[in-house]
Amino acid sequence: MFVEYVVAGYGISAIVLAAYVGWTLRRGRALSRQVPADRRRFLRD
Amino acid sequence: MTSIAVPPSAPEHTGSRLTRVLGAATAVSWVVWLTYGLVLSPADVVQSESVRLFYLHVPLALSAYLGFTVTLVGSILVLRKNSAFWDQMAGAGAEVGLVLAGLVLVTGALWGRPTWGTYWVWDPRITATTLLFLVYLGYLVVRRLDLDAEVRARRAAVFGIVAFINVPITRYSVQIWNSLHQEATLSLTDTEMDGSQLTSFALGAIAMALFTTWLIIHRFRVGWLEYELDRSGLESAILERRGERTATEVV
Repeated sequence: MFVEYVVAGYGISAIVLAAYVGWTLRRGRALSRQVPADRRRFLRD
Repeated sequence: MTSIAVPPSAPEHTGSRLTRVLGAATAVSWVVWLTYGLVLSPADVVQSESVRLFYLHVPLALSAYLGFTVTLVGSILVLRKNSAFWDQMAGAGAEVGLVLAGLVLVTGALWGRPTWGTYWVWDPRITATTLLFLVYLGYLVVRRLDLDAEVRARRAAVFGIVAFINVPITRYSVQIWNSLHQEATLSLTDTEMDGSQLTSFALGAIAMALFTTWLIIHRFRVGWLEYELDRSGLESAILERRGERTATEVV
């Protein structure tokens, strides 16, 4: 009972989080190619 | 035979050993959490299957508070140290927290329909969470204002500190006002949850906190790269301007 609400809740959360993570990682990749290497501080531990 | 030492180059992504370890821990914790919470733990006697939304909804809320706490700490350090590092960290915490707070509202509505019979009601907890979402949306708007970077960082920091007042208000809204929303089912002294429900919730809270930490680090690094790109663009423009002036003086 109420499985559809559970599926919708987890499904929407998965889609939104995956989209945001994908955007963040892609933007990080694109920006790190534009920024000179000596200015890419904090990208290393 | 000579060997040439190759200097370590900066990575062309926002990953590092720390994020890889955190990412692996997140992946493992999510598998354990989702397997236990969605498959192994039984349905609730009263709420039936919809209790599984609790294992997602509350960890999302706690992780949103974690993001906003990072914004608070970052904002205080911006005002104290005038630090670009903490300004970017504050922004990362707010953006990640905002995404999670948005999902808290969505999953809350989806849980409310089978539990209360309605997706939405202007209940104190739901109203406070909506205000929290809007306030941090406002904070991100302030961060994008077309101002001098230092002035903008300080104004955002003040906003980030004031905005945090909404976090305890939201957290304790069910105790302060009469609310349709249930009171906190989990406390350090009194827990009203069954063992498997408590385990599912705890696994969810750990998994979501690990994910949030991993995501804030990546988002911080993206913010830092944007900051450096802006700075290098500004420096090039200044150098270009100086070059033009020197050329004019020579002529």
